[in-house]
Amino acid sequence: MHRTGALYGQFKTLEQQKDTATLGMWIFLVTEVMFFGGIMLAYTINRHTYFHAFAMGSNTLSLGLGGFNTVVLLASSFTMAMAVWSAQTSKKGLITLFLSLTIFLGFVFFGVKYVEYAQKFHHHLVPGKTFDIFYCVRNPAKCSDIDAADMAKEKEEIEAAVQADPDLNAHAQLYYSAYFGMTGLHALHMVIGAGLLFWLLKESVAGRFNAEWNNPVDIVGLYWHFVDIVWIYLFPLLYLIDRHK
Amino acid sequence: MQSPLPTFPEQASNFAGNVDALFSFILMTTLFFAVLVTLLIIFAAFKFRRRSEKEVGDDVHGNNVLEVGWTLIPTIIAIGIFAWGAAIYVNYRIAPTDTLDIYVVGKQWMWKLQQPNGRKEINELHIPVGRNVKLILGSEDVIHDFYVPAFRVKMDVVPGRYNTMWFRPVKTGKYHFFCSQYCGTNHAVMGGWVTVMEPAEYAAWLSGESGDVNPVSAGERLFTQFACVTCHLSNGTGRAPSLNGVFGANVLLADGSTVVADEAYIRESILQPNAKIVAGYQPVMPTFQGLVTEEQIGNLTAYIKSLQSQPVPAKGAGIAPSPAGKK
Amino acid sequence: MRTEATGPAPEMPEKHYLNATYGIRSWLLTTDHKRIALLYLASVTFFFFIGGFFAMMIRLHLLTPNGYLLTPDLYNRMFTMHGVTMVFFFLIPSIPAILGNFLIPLMVGAKDLAFPKINLLSWYIYVVGGLFTLWSMVNGGLDTGWTFYTPFSTLYSNSAVAPAVVGVFITGFSSILTGLNFLVTVHTMRAPGMTWFRLPLFVWAHYATSIVMILGTPVIAITLGLAAMERVFGLGFFNPAMGGDPILFQHLFWFYSHPAVYIMILPAMGVISELIPTFARKRLFGYHFVAAASLAIAVIGFVVWTHHMFLTGQSTYAAVAFSFLTFIVAIPSAIKTFNWTATLFGGSISFDTPMLYAFGFLGLFMIGGLTGLFLGALGVDINIHDTYFVVAHFHYIMVGGAVMGYLGGLHFWWPKITGRMYPEWLARIAAFILFIGFNFTFFPQFILGIMGMPRRYHTYPPEFQIYNVMSTAGASILAIGYLLPMVYLTWAAFYGKVAGDNPWPATGLEWKTQSPPLTENFEVTPVVTWEAYDFHNRPDLGLDVPAGKGSPGVVAPAHGDD
Repeated sequence: MHRTGALYGQFKTLEQQKDTATLGMWIFLVTEVMFFGGIMLAYTINRHTYFHAFAMGSNTLSLGLGGFNTVVLLASSFTMAMAVWSAQTSKKGLITLFLSLTIFLGFVFFGVKYVEYAQKFHHHLVPGKTFDIFYCVRNPAKCSDIDAADMAKEKEEIEAAVQADPDLNAHAQLYYSAYFGMTGLHALHMVIGAGLLFWLLKESVAGRFNAEWNNPVDIVGLYWHFVDIVWIYLFPLLYLIDRHK
Repeated sequence: MQSPLPTFPEQASNFAGNVDALFSFILMTTLFFAVLVTLLIIFAAFKFRRRSEKEVGDDVHGNNVLEVGWTLIPTIIAIGIFAWGAAIYVNYRIAPTDTLDIYVVGKQWMWKLQQPNGRKEINELHIPVGRNVKLILGSEDVIHDFYVPAFRVKMDVVPGRYNTMWFRPVKTGKYHFFCSQYCGTNHAVMGGWVTVMEPAEYAAWLSGESGDVNPVSAGERLFTQFACVTCHLSNGTGRAPSLNGVFGANVLLADGSTVVADEAYIRESILQPNAKIVAGYQPVMPTFQGLVTEEQIGNLTAYIKSLQSQPVPAKGAGIAPSPAGKK
Repeated sequence: MRTEATGPAPEMPEKHYLNATYGIRSWLLTTDHKRIALLYLASVTFFFFIGGFFAMMIRLHLLTPNGYLLTPDLYNRMFTMHGVTMVFFFLIPSIPAILGNFLIPLMVGAKDLAFPKINLLSWYIYVVGGLFTLWSMVNGGLDTGWTFYTPFSTLYSNSAVAPAVVGVFITGFSSILTGLNFLVTVHTMRAPGMTWFRLPLFVWAHYATSIVMILGTPVIAITLGLAAMERVFGLGFFNPAMGGDPILFQHLFWFYSHPAVYIMILPAMGVISELIPTFARKRLFGYHFVAAASLAIAVIGFVVWTHHMFLTGQSTYAAVAFSFLTFIVAIPSAIKTFNWTATLFGGSISFDTPMLYAFGFLGLFMIGGLTGLFLGALGVDINIHDTYFVVAHFHYIMVGGAVMGYLGGLHFWWPKITGRMYPEWLARIAAFILFIGFNFTFFPQFILGIMGMPRRYHTYPPEFQIYNVMSTAGASILAIGYLLPMVYLTWAAFYGKVAGDNPWPATGLEWKTQSPPLTENFEVTPVVTWEAYDFHNRPDLGLDVPAGKGSPGVVAPAHGDD
């Protein structure tokens, strides 16, 4: 029917199709808000009840890595927005470029996340039987990646935290339950987003997107921005609980 | 005694009459509306039955006066029922102060109950008629629920916290109690009997050979055994506040707020000592989570309650002064 | 135009969605909402009979106080799997995913739902979730109760909790995608002239249902996800030993599962709002109020959840507030009932099978709804909470309400779905059997509750036996009542009398196309010029409108000419 052949049978006009797709994605994002809302509620209640354990847990995360990842994701949101703009203005080469950049930044994020997760495994900070918040201060030799000054500080903090909350090990597990639950879910969303971006890249290389037909870019863009915004919440909630000391 | 089609169980507690009265009131009200609407439907179905194949009904859109009417009238009735129900519930949730306290521990699939003098029972509860009884409920594993149909009361028994329920038996006799929250394989047999006795009979039963230590003295022994006594000196000079007179009083906390020292507070203070720090004290108490059993917590609580009548030291009790201007 | 009584007997149309293509692939890869609805019909019916089998086992076991049929563990598995199957795999998808899927595009005058591929995807998700759950049922079973309360489910149960929870988790996404599809379709796919207040109330009810689906289902998904992680990896949010709170699970669970009750009953109310005007040949009384009541139920339904938890030790005053809101959420249902009743007055009422189901719905839903007032009243709830009174109450709503609505709708639209009529007298008899059997099964359970018999008991004191015997007797009648429609509806789909486009006749857009419809629903996009349930300005229906009634200016065009 239409010149681009992009109109699906159930719609009358491209405009109707675009409105429908956009509304669909917004409603989907509403469901995502409710989805993350459940675990954030569990986080909030436990953080309120076991503040010292949550503060201690938060202090074991690397502010540098987390901050770097925040910048990476913000940059990827920018490149995604540029990809949408390029599509709307029919700049076909730029679409491919910006989509590639977005994917690249997504993978940088994964890389950093991998480093962080691996560290937590080495330090016995994964909830379960082997969880031991005291592992590093008791076995400094096994945690050689923490330098001496940091280790001394961590020791001090842990001692203070145990004073305040004798059941620190159990309650710190709740923090790590929240940490792995929330960042894990977020990472899962990033993986899905990266898959969608690869599909867009394939289509854009084939020259499919232009000013008239750019729904998929637009909609995946919405999703990608949403995943970024989730991270904007997770970063302070998980990394910045008690940094003011 | 039993009719072939029994309905309400006996009314054997102070709540039973009121609960049944509200039940009957709702029954009458809803029955009135249900019968009214049913009759209207049957009437309309006959009166306006189709008389010819191609007949159509009237062309009516609606009637705003009727809509407002049948919105407002049910709302008013509903609010009335709500208020009556809420009054009973608030009365049920806030126990009077002169209660006979019985510790109840639920575990898969039995009930352990302990009288104030220490007499223990399994799946049996003996109580005097006419006396306010408070059950302090704890669980060792999953969620249970203590339910006595003849008293019309129940309460969930949740691991990790205390719930309380109270009632006043008004009739002697033997009544079923059940576990009313699904708790696994033998949920259905996790029940027993409540025996309501004349006070004299109860006293005799209570002093009968039991061999059990009463919870206050058991608690006192634990108080020494766990070395609580080394810090909680009764004269208020220890590293921790004196516990004399604490139970039921307002405790002033480090953050300036106050909290009533009830069973839940004492339990929390034993298991998570640093959740609420008494003003003027350091958070130095270790947790006893995992070191004390539910039963021992019950005993310790009973002992701390028994200190209620002990002289309160001028300093070091942690009790909040009564607000200025009052009393 | 065809009408039933006059003219030659109708014939099956030459081309329709059922014979457009053939072969298993054409069904499993279809994006036609009508075919997907039939895929759902088959799978949902399958789960209904599995759940029904568990129910029969429960009732047979409870015939005697000591129940010799099942061991306690097996009994616990039966009622759990009955609940899980019926709630998540029958009631929630039944009306929306079958009738809603089939009818919403037809009713709004669209060629399909907004996202046909996502619609197919949601069926596959449902099947995968269902298979997961079935697999858990044969490999260890499930004994947590359908409510999965922690810490029993996470730490103590010796059954296949994790795979079952994952199955329910997966199925949740099917529900989310269906709700999303409906919402977008109603917003953007309506035919010219189909304004919001010309929409059939069936569509309004599904719109409200979809809101609940998209806002509630993600919360149960994350909650069950956390519970599964807790069981498998030792996360601690609900574990009291680690400082977590088992009551938090209940809050999150009921935040979805109470609104989920409205996912089950709102669509049934939508069906009843179609049946009553059609068979009374009269506009639905107070259209706007009924539409608004659907939305009000969906919205207020989100703030009543702790009435399932009045006796968990939650704050006394929170309980009071939630009790108040519970009474408020009852009002819109009352408004609907009064409007349905008022519609009958001045109508021209016939007693075809769908209308019998509508009458049955009115009576049973009324009992179910009014007994909710007993449970919402805090003082009475102290006594009857977690007893058979609750069991009877929600079966009156879910089986008496939702299933009656579902079967009524299935009979009403069967000629549209298959192009053929069901056998009328057999269907009327089945409807009667169902009504009688239902009351026999569940009414005695109210009395058991008043007597204090707790739920989920595999054995009970002998004083409760008489009512359990009645209930079991009723259940066997009920079982026959359910088998009958399944048999004769299947038969009718192939050998029934050809129905014609609009056999009743009814006013909705779905009746302005052929039966069964074309794959693309309408030959040309219809233009809507009439209000819902308007029999007076519809000469195309061929009814006798008394002279002077009906306004000639707004006459509907004949067969959807553009």
